[in-house]
Amino acid sequence: MVAFQFTHTPIETAALHARLADPACGGYAAFEGWVRDHNEGARVRQLQYEAFEALAVREGERIVAEAIARFGVARAACVHRLGNLAIGELAVWVGVSAAHREEAFRACRYIIDEVKHRLPIWKKEFYANGDSGWVNCERCAAAPGTGHPHDHA
Amino acid sequence: MSELRHITVQYYALLHEQTGRREEMLMSSARTADELYRQLAQRYPFTLAPELLRVAINGEFREWTAPLTDQDTVVFIPPVAGG
Repeated sequence: MVAFQFTHTPIETAALHARLADPACGGYAAFEGWVRDHNEGARVRQLQYEAFEALAVREGERIVAEAIARFGVARAACVHRLGNLAIGELAVWVGVSAAHREEAFRACRYIIDEVKHRLPIWKKEFYANGDSGWVNCERCAAAPGTGHPHDHA
Repeated sequence: MSELRHITVQYYALLHEQTGRREEMLMSSARTADELYRQLAQRYPFTLAPELLRVAINGEFREWTAPLTDQDTVVFIPPVAGG
């Protein structure tokens, strides 16, 4: 199966779950990342995800391959949503099947942690007060001496 | 006079908004991605210090000091926030 992919439409977890089924596996672990209605004290009403897809897919495939090699799991996959998402929607899904639960949990945790740190994916938050901002890019990262158009605090 | 190279630059997320474009082709004397970013920062209202960014050349992560060659495609990668 495809190890890592993006989708612009809602993630269908039932089909993904079925693709991880394996008679040699006694455990399946999954992680779902959902769109939350708040971040750092601000009310969030919508999210927008954007990615440098070619590089992110290659790097995502590497992460899944690393997890399989490192933890010895049978199958693993990750799907990340792009575009505009409403509160409660599924933004990212990770699934792992393995002979035993311990390596399934560990591989699942490894994949989501590495995806969040390594993949060129960006998240723009739209706030209840009408403001918006790219997460990790606008509140904390303004270069010294440069203007900052607005404040989300 | 420095040698000029044809470079394609693609912009994502905050850098897309700050440049108003997804992609541009330019002639640049920059020898490295670091020099290119500093040149572009004089043209666009970038707020991200280069220390906060990563860079990809021709679709792979590279060092900021990697030499640019003619026809390279460069992407500056703002702090990521997947998941």
